[in-house]
Amino acid sequence: MINIQFFEKSLQENSKTQSMISVQKLNVFYGKFRALTDINMEIQEKKITAIIGPSGCGKSTLLRSFNRMNDLTPNARIEGRIYLQGEDIYGNGIDVVDIRRRIGMVFQRPNPFPKSIYDNVAYGPRLYGVTRREDLDAIVEKSLVQAALWDEVKDKLGQSGMSISGGQQQRLCIARALAVQPEVILMDEPASALDPISTLRIEELMHDLAKDYTIIIVTHNMQQAARVSDFTAMMMIDEARSGQLIEYNQTNTIFTRPQDKRTEDYVTGRFG
Amino acid sequence: MSDRTNTSQSVRRTLETEIQDLRNDLIYLGSMVEQQILGSVDSLKRRDLAASEQIIQTDIQVNKKRYSIEEKVMVVIATQQPMAHDLRLLASMLEIAGELERIGDYAKGIARISLRIADEPLIKPLVDIPRMAEKGADMLHRAIKAFIEENVPDAEIIPTEDDFVDNLYDQVYRELMVLIIGDPKLIQRANWLLWVAHNLERMADRVTNICERTIFVVTGELREISSSGD
Repeated sequence: MINIQFFEKSLQENSKTQSMISVQKLNVFYGKFRALTDINMEIQEKKITAIIGPSGCGKSTLLRSFNRMNDLTPNARIEGRIYLQGEDIYGNGIDVVDIRRRIGMVFQRPNPFPKSIYDNVAYGPRLYGVTRREDLDAIVEKSLVQAALWDEVKDKLGQSGMSISGGQQQRLCIARALAVQPEVILMDEPASALDPISTLRIEELMHDLAKDYTIIIVTHNMQQAARVSDFTAMMMIDEARSGQLIEYNQTNTIFTRPQDKRTEDYVTGRFG
Repeated sequence: MSDRTNTSQSVRRTLETEIQDLRNDLIYLGSMVEQQILGSVDSLKRRDLAASEQIIQTDIQVNKKRYSIEEKVMVVIATQQPMAHDLRLLASMLEIAGELERIGDYAKGIARISLRIADEPLIKPLVDIPRMAEKGADMLHRAIKAFIEENVPDAEIIPTEDDFVDNLYDQVYRELMVLIIGDPKLIQRANWLLWVAHNLERMADRVTNICERTIFVVTGELREISSSGD
């Protein structure tokens, strides 16, 4: 009896610490070229995970595997498994569109649609069948508030999404991603095209969003990874130029006492 | 041992040059403080009040050097954004500059005592106190060397020698107590000498702190080294 209780307790504890995304022996190929080799990692729920590493090490490839964006690349294929809350996202019968709703993405350059601010945010919900004006209004407001943009645009929702500043456009893209209620937000160099103040705004926003969402960010800016993330994954290419995960740990550890010499060389700026 | 002084291939030459300058500054400060300790006990022993006064004056230079190191470290952190080993090294330099300044204060304290004793004769010939100073200065010298070379084995050995200083302190303490019991009028002058010995004993403890930082720089591990007497 005691043993069963113990078993149940440990099961509960396990489910509490279950990771949001589990990557198991992931290999990604572009034709014959193996872009990623045997990646294993657990992405924690409602935490910010940064992926760092030199150019061409497969950071973006890994990020794009999380919401099957690589499916759109000709000749791309994967081996291994990626689980989103226990569900194999590359499994049979999986609805890819639903995966991309649950795992949203924000890109390097702000890419608002050439539509009004309102329609940019309402675009996703409309696609998923929300038609009532009040419902859309509520979603648009909530998403813009969450993206810390509402106060700046509430009086000009009808204006083009392209008419606002670059930093605002990027927050609009974040609002657009939030509007379809994702669980995970992928960010590929989300601030590299922004000025320093807009960058800090995005970083503060990431902190706020991490209360409700799991965030994965690819960044070349190590200071940014150090500032915003809870966990950091360090990637590097091997002799065959294939990307590998060489160290994955709490961000504080990666930037103060990394275990791998290559991580040390990279974060201290001595790589290459 | 570190191979980080080899800057020829590095893309971080500016950072490495600045760190090397700071290493030189720390060697300089360490050497000043070492001379201050030896000089303070020597002038006490020789009853050279002018030399004791000079020790107090030189302490102002020690403090200035410490602040200048602190300022340089802050500028390097702000402008170069050091990480990992570099960050641990710079943080440790701040700490060690502080430890050295405090050791300098011990030398100043000893010089002050010498001035207070003034024209009165010493109540006993100084034998163990100069030995404490020599041992402490030697430990300090090697601790700074180990820090610069990032030599963990040496940084682990030096603190064990603290027992030698502690034993000398106990010996001085016992001798002075015997003198006081024999003639209670000596209590004031005995107390002064006890303070001198105490300062030297504390100095050796601070050398241990410097060694802890060396280990931290290399391993990333902050652990307290305790001598067997603790």
